[in-house]
Amino acid sequence: MKVRVEVTRRPEIADPEGTTIKRALNDLDHTSVKEVRVDRVFSLDVDGDDPEAVRRDVADMCEQLLANPVLEDYAIEVIE
Amino acid sequence: MVVFPGTNCEHDVVSAIRGLGGEAELVWHRETNLDDFDGIILPGGFAHGDALRTGAIARFSPVMRVVVERADAGTPVLGICNGFQVLCEAGLLPGALIANRDLSFICKYVEVEVTDTSTVLTSAAERGQRLRIPLNSYEGNWVSPDGSGRVVATYVDDPNGSSRQAAAVANETGNVVGIMPHPERATDALLGSNDGEVLLQSFINALVPA
Repeated sequence: MKVRVEVTRRPEIADPEGTTIKRALNDLDHTSVKEVRVDRVFSLDVDGDDPEAVRRDVADMCEQLLANPVLEDYAIEVIE
Repeated sequence: MVVFPGTNCEHDVVSAIRGLGGEAELVWHRETNLDDFDGIILPGGFAHGDALRTGAIARFSPVMRVVVERADAGTPVLGICNGFQVLCEAGLLPGALIANRDLSFICKYVEVEVTDTSTVLTSAAERGQRLRIPLNSYEGNWVSPDGSGRVVATYVDDPNGSSRQAAAVANETGNVVGIMPHPERATDALLGSNDGEVLLQSFINALVPA
């Protein structure tokens, strides 16, 4: 099954890369941009046919490795 | 001295430890028995190419299981630069290290001030003592969202945005310490500074033969 995992840094944690990109956009006259956060997307292909079981497996993967629980949250979408 | 694929400071640290009269040997990251060792150092570099996040893959190297066991049992454990990042990912130290505030790789001498002398890295130093040590990192910005962590040394300036200007952080019991600047690169006055010696000497002093 195809699974999409989005890992986002929690809003209260600084994102220096996002801040730099925001500044560059503002310099390019995109002055409407107030904030940029750089998130991360993982596209997984996982064996299994039970979407709920796959979702639980991928949640384990997020807790163990894909996300750092100190800084980040994650969202899982089982696509097909 | 644990060597992961991509570690690159191990010989400098071995040389510095030996120069201070200590004994040090390199141990490959697949080793699972550290019974012959009284202390553990994770040197700097780019373990596993820093894939995913710094230290995120190294945390699952076979050696880390015994590193965690020994750390919990009170063995002195030191992580320098990338080693600090590995210790955070492994949960042996609080917080995490993210990109420097200004998104630049910082490569310069910095001044740090020792703020806590009851750890394996700082026992031979004096509180308030200032040390000039090279900082060489991109992800050196320590954050601790829940405010936990004993800050052992602080940057006098604020080069990278670290919470509480932390340059070195310890666990509650002080036997596990991570430091972002490289004390092993400040062990020869001819090369610019020997201020790192007091830190590595502290670590040697803390070793109790098993």
